Amino acid sequence: MSAGNHTVVGRRLPRVDALQQTTGQTQFADDLNPPGALVGRQLRSTHAHAAITSIDTVEAAALPGVKAVITGADLPITYGILPVSQDEHALALHRVRHVGEPVAAVAAIDAETAERALALIHVKYEPLTEVVTLDQALDPDRPLIHGEGDGQNVHRTAALEFGDVAEGFAAAGHVREDVYFFGGNTHAALETHAAVASCSPEGKVTLWSATQVPHYVHRALAKVLDIPAGRIRVIATPNGGGFGGKTDPFSHELVAAKLAMITGRPVKFNLSREDVFYAHRGRHPVLMWVKTGFESDGRITAMHFKSFLDGGAFGSYGTASLYYTGALQTSTYRIPNYCFEGMRVFTNKPACGPKRGHGTPQARFAIESQLDKAAADLGIDPVAIRVRNAVEPFSTTVNHLRITSCALNECIDAVVEQSGFHQKHGQLPEGRGVGLALGCYMSGAGLPIYFNKMPQSEVQLKVDRGGGVTVYSGATDIGQGSTSMLATVVAECLGLEPAELTMITADTDLTPVDLGSYSSRVTFMAGNAALEAATKVRTRLVEAVAAKLEAAVEDLEVANGRVGVLGDPESGVSWTEAVVLATAATGPLVESGSYTAPKLAGPYKGAGVGISPAYSYSACVVELEVDADTGMVDVDRVWIAHDIGKALNPLLCEGQVEGGVYMGLGEVLFEEQAFRDGLHRGPSLLDYKIPTSLETPTVHTTLIESDDPEGPYGAKEVGQGPLLPVIPAVANAIHDALGVHIDEVPITPDKIVAAMRDAARGGSGRVGPKGVPDFDFGELIRVEPPEGFVAP
Amino acid sequence: MTMRLPPFDLVTPTTLQEAAGLISDPTASIVGGGTDLFPKMKRRQTTPVTLVSLAEIDALKGIRIDDEGRCVIGAGVTLAELADSPLVPAVVASAADAIASPQIRNTATVGGNLCLDTRCNYIDMPELWREASGHCLKDGGDTCWVAPRSDHCWAISSTDLAPVAIALGGSLRLVAADGERIIDVDDFFQNDGIDYHTKSPGEIVVELLLPAFTGRATYLKHRRRGSIDFPLLGVAAAATFDDAARCTGIRLVVGAVASAPLRAIAAEEFLIGREFTDDVIEEATRLASNPVRPQDNTDTGSRYRKWMTPVFITRALQEIASDDTTNQEEEP
Ligand SMILES: Cc1cc2nc3c(=O)[nH]c(=O)nc-3n(C[C@H](O)[C@H](O)[C@H](O)COP(=O)(O)OP(=O)(O)OC[C@H]3O[C@@H](n4cnc5c(N)ncnc54)[C@H](O)[C@@H]3O)c2cc1C
Repeated sequence: MSAGNHTVVGRRLPRVDALQQTTGQTQFADDLNPPGALVGRQLRSTHAHAAITSIDTVEAAALPGVKAVITGADLPITYGILPVSQDEHALALHRVRHVGEPVAAVAAIDAETAERALALIHVKYEPLTEVVTLDQALDPDRPLIHGEGDGQNVHRTAALEFGDVAEGFAAAGHVREDVYFFGGNTHAALETHAAVASCSPEGKVTLWSATQVPHYVHRALAKVLDIPAGRIRVIATPNGGGFGGKTDPFSHELVAAKLAMITGRPVKFNLSREDVFYAHRGRHPVLMWVKTGFESDGRITAMHFKSFLDGGAFGSYGTASLYYTGALQTSTYRIPNYCFEGMRVFTNKPACGPKRGHGTPQARFAIESQLDKAAADLGIDPVAIRVRNAVEPFSTTVNHLRITSCALNECIDAVVEQSGFHQKHGQLPEGRGVGLALGCYMSGAGLPIYFNKMPQSEVQLKVDRGGGVTVYSGATDIGQGSTSMLATVVAECLGLEPAELTMITADTDLTPVDLGSYSSRVTFMAGNAALEAATKVRTRLVEAVAAKLEAAVEDLEVANGRVGVLGDPESGVSWTEAVVLATAATGPLVESGSYTAPKLAGPYKGAGVGISPAYSYSACVVELEVDADTGMVDVDRVWIAHDIGKALNPLLCEGQVEGGVYMGLGEVLFEEQAFRDGLHRGPSLLDYKIPTSLETPTVHTTLIESDDPEGPYGAKEVGQGPLLPVIPAVANAIHDALGVHIDEVPITPDKIVAAMRDAARGGSGRVGPKGVPDFDFGELIRVEPPEGFVAP
Repeated sequence: MTMRLPPFDLVTPTTLQEAAGLISDPTASIVGGGTDLFPKMKRRQTTPVTLVSLAEIDALKGIRIDDEGRCVIGAGVTLAELADSPLVPAVVASAADAIASPQIRNTATVGGNLCLDTRCNYIDMPELWREASGHCLKDGGDTCWVAPRSDHCWAISSTDLAPVAIALGGSLRLVAADGERIIDVDDFFQNDGIDYHTKSPGEIVVELLLPAFTGRATYLKHRRRGSIDFPLLGVAAAATFDDAARCTGIRLVVGAVASAPLRAIAAEEFLIGREFTDDVIEEATRLASNPVRPQDNTDTGSRYRKWMTPVFITRALQEIASDDTTNQEEEP
């Protein structure tokens, strides 16, 4: 990768906050200790499903050192991240819906007192029948989790058909139907959630929180506290990892603010690891059925995909998660006829939500596994079947997704060649295998979470008379490096170094809105907003200097701290002089920029999910070894190529790719947010197994630059996409190694041994779900393919 | 809720006599490295008023070979020291090296490892969780959730050193305020998740004594993550052979499948006098694994651990049958 004409873009620079972080000076939420701060604690439900018949807080409130005790009745207004799912209470009101749901909260002078107070809160429960599994949720004789009486606990359904799948299947020479299950898992960010709230004597509430979405938390606080948003300030502290786990408004944030308002003192909450497993919002468990028709050369003629999501106790992002399980099939492969039917149920478990890849890794696992099976049926190799169907740049999918830059084929070529896939697949000794899979992800959701016509990201730039540049952006650094990204974009445009800039981010009082760090939107959206603001500043500088030099604006460049004539670094004026000239000529050097995605949604309900101004692409090959007797998998090497559009900072991009690989390996081989009845099987990092550095293989990363026409300097996302192909690549490699199919994630040693034993007894050697429920998804919405759509 | 240690007093005696006196108080508890005890205290499984630290007692430190050629390992020796020691049998060092994580091994002691509390995924859980599930037998309740009809606790003996120590015929020196005794490691444990050893609360484990051993030995440990996890299964085997490759003595011990390490006596008896051919190993494996009944109370289900028992027993016997006894952890 050459830096080309760029001076900053393309350089392997450390993060702008690297020294702060590595010297321990970064202030995470739990590092904040305002004078007089109280310690907050939540009392959590010990029942999966129960009516609360009474809560007695008298004794707790009387304990010396306790400053306030609140219950659901103190915060009765509901909230939820999506406008369609306002189904949460900051503290459970009348009913608890999962073990660990917050029921009451205290603020006390220290942790010991707060915990003693919790023990003095007396809650009487009347247990209700638990609804824990998908089957139980569909049982009409079980109680409704939301609402009164019995019935099916179906939260949401979707049923869409694009083109004509019946016709597509009729035209197919070969049709496969397969069933897969993807167990849920959680984010396990290193930093547990924490928040500090304070309330000024004038009644202004400030919340510092480890959140990915300060703007949405701001809105939720205004709603639940029932005070004007203008009297609330939300500051997102640097997140010690987010991965989607800090993307909802949470009970402890609302409760901290309420307790600060009551006591007049700052109140701090720091969740324990166990609490985080209960707060959850992680990957949905999804049962999937996929039927795909192929021509004899492997070309896909039609696909019918059904998903069944186990959502847990609340809506959260569930409606979006549901649609995401069906949305990106067509942006990876050209599917001329496509039907998606999905449903999400409520169960008495912590609510699921978005985790890296949001709703798409589950489907990716099913489809990439099935493609390998189809390739084997048809006698084609796994590379050929993918190349044959790979989506093409600047095309439109049958479900109306606009594809722009796309280097999927280059990604495939890179990993296939580097790994020697063709020499290895089907040819390694027993127990050793390689697997290939692809993925595609959005560079930002095309629409905001709540309907509005305002920009999705705004950035302000202020240049002081001494030449100092301050960038104000609502974008939240969750460890992905968004602040460095903004500094890179602005520095490139203004001919400065990123480290010279002052970055003010994620503070609703100081910075303009960015919707948040989710859906891989920040580089594309905040990056473009920053570029627009910086370009305006640059234009004013160039105009002022051109006037002084009596040169044409087109002949000037802004580079290396000077504004002067192109190609003549000695000419012109220094950056600071240019700033003085521009300020004198046209007033305060303050500019803003914004980004609003183009109108992309197709003409159907649900079209808002899956649209994005650009898509990233990845391909991955995994080589591994499996002990056939113990089922232990040792991933040897991972080759991954990612179409990033443009690597603004290759060092940070590779870090994101490697992080995605690591997380994918954890999901496929180890992690499961599993329950026994309503009880989490192990809410600790000893029982919930994430890989450590010793379980992490060598990763070969290749960044492919397709130069997106709309991305800032051509850039697209990298935070989520690279996770997607890793999971099915491992599943496919295990099949290559042993000949068994584990159609269920995580692929744990016991499943592999069960499959081997089954195969030894003459069985199919498959472990996975047997079928899906017979479920009516409601009336199918038939959508015409976009105008001019040509079937491949 | 947070995982904070409850308040306690810490006393740090410098002599064994002093320590033995201090722990005769029933509200006191010994602490070695604390890597087992402190997590349990944070989860409020136990809340001792006084902790008697063994860290400053010289008599518990060091590894030496005594006049009888025995390897004497102080109870205060850390697992990291043990793993690095040239004085201990290689199988002991490698077993120590496969315990927990490097950080834990730097702190954890031999005494603590041998006295390690039994574990179970119904008891080693946070307080809220145990309240939600209902307290189990080991937690002051009246039902063992692993085997609800059972009258005793099925928590698992998870110490990796104990099976090895038993296989090598080791013994322990225990000191109490009123005297001392030596007990075979084999007799130290008993198959009950609550009363998992025969030591009285006032006794301190002072040293592990391993007789000189010239045979072949191995310890194979199975766990999910080689970086940190407790054993799902551990198989220790130590045997001597005559010139005709016939077994003259063997101890075969299966760990982490019951509340104590299990000696495979029937298999041991069968193997004596025999050469370890494939058929012999197969039969010994059958004899050794048949009585093993792992429960569904740790990582992976009981079915898988049942399946793995013969696999690891066979591998252990094959390893000591060959000359090449590289003691190792089974890694994928
Ligand atoms: C994440 C994790 C992973 C682990 N993995 C493993 C593993 O793979 N294998 C394994 O075997 N263990 C494992 N352990 C458990 C533990 O770390 C080790 O067993 C360790 O050796 C215990 O020693 P300690 O000195 O820290 O014990 P402590 O916690 O100090 O003591 C443990 C118990 O022994 C008693 N005790 C300590 N010393 C003496 C003595 N000299 N005399 C009498 N009683 C005494 C204490 O009163 C206490 O009841 C793990 C622990 C953790 C947290």
